[in-house]
Amino acid sequence: MTEDKKTLKIDGKEVQFTDEPNLLEVIRKAGMNVPTFCYRPDLTQFGACRMCVVEVEYPNGRTVINSSCTMPPEAGINVKINTERTRRIRKTVLELLLANHDKECLTCDKSGSCELQKYSEEYGIKKIRYPQMQLEDYVKIDESSPSLVRDPNKCILCGACVRACTEFQGHSVLGFANRGSKTMVQPLAGRPLGQVDCVNCGQCAAVCPTGAIVIKSDIEDVWNEVTNPNKKTAVQIAPSVRVALGEMFGLKPGENTIKKIYAALRKIGFDYIYDTNFGADMTILEEAHEFVERVTKGENLPLFTSCCPAWVKYLEDQHPDMLKHLSTCSSPMSMQSPILAKLLPEQLGCSREDISIIAIMPCTAKKFECKRSEHVMDGHPKTDYVLTTQELGRMIKSAGIDFDKLEGEEPDSPYAEYTGAGTIFGASGGVAEAAVRTAYKYITGEDLADVNIKEMRGTSNRSKSVEIDIKGKKVVVRVISTLKEAEKAIQEIKNGTANFQLLEVMACPGGCINGGGQPISCDNSKIKSERAQGLYKEDAELKDRNSHDNKDLKKLYDEYLEKPGSHKAHELLHTTYTDRFAYSYKNMNK
Amino acid sequence: MSVESHQKIDTMKLDSIMAQYNYDKANLIAILQAVQAEFKYLPEDAIIYIGTKIEGLSPATVYGVATFYAQFSLEPKGKYEIKCCDGTACHVRGSMPVLNAIKSRLKLKDGQMTTDDGMFSVETVSCLGACGLAPVVVINEKVYPQMTSDAVKIVLDTLMSEGK
Repeated sequence: MTEDKKTLKIDGKEVQFTDEPNLLEVIRKAGMNVPTFCYRPDLTQFGACRMCVVEVEYPNGRTVINSSCTMPPEAGINVKINTERTRRIRKTVLELLLANHDKECLTCDKSGSCELQKYSEEYGIKKIRYPQMQLEDYVKIDESSPSLVRDPNKCILCGACVRACTEFQGHSVLGFANRGSKTMVQPLAGRPLGQVDCVNCGQCAAVCPTGAIVIKSDIEDVWNEVTNPNKKTAVQIAPSVRVALGEMFGLKPGENTIKKIYAALRKIGFDYIYDTNFGADMTILEEAHEFVERVTKGENLPLFTSCCPAWVKYLEDQHPDMLKHLSTCSSPMSMQSPILAKLLPEQLGCSREDISIIAIMPCTAKKFECKRSEHVMDGHPKTDYVLTTQELGRMIKSAGIDFDKLEGEEPDSPYAEYTGAGTIFGASGGVAEAAVRTAYKYITGEDLADVNIKEMRGTSNRSKSVEIDIKGKKVVVRVISTLKEAEKAIQEIKNGTANFQLLEVMACPGGCINGGGQPISCDNSKIKSERAQGLYKEDAELKDRNSHDNKDLKKLYDEYLEKPGSHKAHELLHTTYTDRFAYSYKNMNK
Repeated sequence: MSVESHQKIDTMKLDSIMAQYNYDKANLIAILQAVQAEFKYLPEDAIIYIGTKIEGLSPATVYGVATFYAQFSLEPKGKYEIKCCDGTACHVRGSMPVLNAIKSRLKLKDGQMTTDDGMFSVETVSCLGACGLAPVVVINEKVYPQMTSDAVKIVLDTLMSEGK
């Protein structure tokens, strides 16, 4: 046994531990479990819900009850995780929570994946001894946000959303208000979520154990489009969906199910299936062109990536003076959709009204992006509906499709091909890596000898600085996930210490693979990295790994878009931004 | 968001208060106390301003602190701030009839804290440490001992005529 390995007992069985932050992690590593609501490994420990209580027996015989999520592991103790006392405490906790809960499980969005429901069932709660929530205690459901629905009647005050908002995005729009039995989680002074500086990242919904914050569903609208015989539906699917959707059907995180997804989409009834990876390749051609142009002119550097709609809104809300740094390139979704909207009607001989364009995204903020006034073209939104990965999983289930048994299929031409550069967009660092691969080609006329820029990868480090040598010219790239880290980079620019020329920001920790619309994974911080590995694996296996090698895309440029940065490309693929400072609560600072 | 409807606040004043406390989030309660002393309550705009100016805080977080502690008021207080003690000693010696007498004399509805003309605001406090004088009412720092329903009405009538 090495020095830093210590031993404790769990239910009499010896277990080794080293640097685990708390007893709960030791218990879970040993293959056992205690229930939790408020514990999320990526957030600070809070100790609010008291579900993870265990009986701790010290060598001197003293026994205490403690919450395992806040107690550091100690050598020599014996931890009893399932005793008469702990069961009694957990049942009381559940009863108290249920007394203040609306218990409308059947019509709840979270039904089936709700932790409160799960533990109430496991612990056999049949009767609640306490006075129940009364009709006059009900609070109005907040549906003001384009991305999320907030139902305070289902909130158990675990504080996970408040911590996610604070610790990931820095500027917390959610907070606790009032005290004691009147405590609530809400945006400032109970304002609707749609009227505060919320960036719609959905990380609050991703960590919520109940149905108190859920994704706003567009499933019914999409079913209406799919089943409408007078409409053709074109659907595109984002890079990171392929490595996460399988989890909803019992497959391993990171398993690439893209071919099955194409097949499932056809089975559901979508008419034309495309891959947003194609759009991502298009984004890279435009963005690398823009980057090279700015470097040549020395203008508006550093260049900020603009794929993440939460990051875009954050800048518009908080730092409109920084908008000049933001790439004018639309996101891959909003590049692919206008191409479909322009060219599909020509190919099919119908009008835009007869086509519905749907995007499957890992992201709740995309629901906001598709409604932006900048993304209205010829009187229609470029993208009609955005569904999250979770919503697609639900559609597949309700269509009675046995996902795992599907035979793989291919997307529709003429936009079927994609490169490895497009696929890695889904992981933090991927956009920058893909952009550098193509910018190198634009500057030197040659391909990078080794396209793997490993320093930009990884989901645990949320702020990475990577120096790239482009034939003697040094370019520093900063790769960031979470807006809390992004704010630090903005302050560096404002105080003149920034040394980077390209800044990639994704609002969700680890990038889109951990987006607010992905299958729930908040109990296991390894899933992010497994999903990212799934994308890098596909990248490594693809024949073409540079966006500029995409032949379908070359054809599109030759026949329609002319060249990156052309007038036509600007008209369709680039966008403008809105100074939202006046609507944000910072406007008083002027 | 209808910012126009808010009362315009003096942000210079807020900045000078925050500067005294180094814009440090650890001093938030002291900052809120100083702001309340200045404005007689915590205007929502002040909460927003503090939340955006101090690193590590947000308006929602500051609002949480302001609503957690009973000492902070988010509504404007009256010219006369009445504190009616309802600690154990005052309670058993009849603080509730005194409070009810105040409310009825000021024509305050249930849940209303401040009179419509902004002259009086009423709140109960838990113990003023003057149990020997129970039941106690404090108006703008002046202590009125051994109150009764009738006595408190006379006090209010006097203040009302002074206020006019």
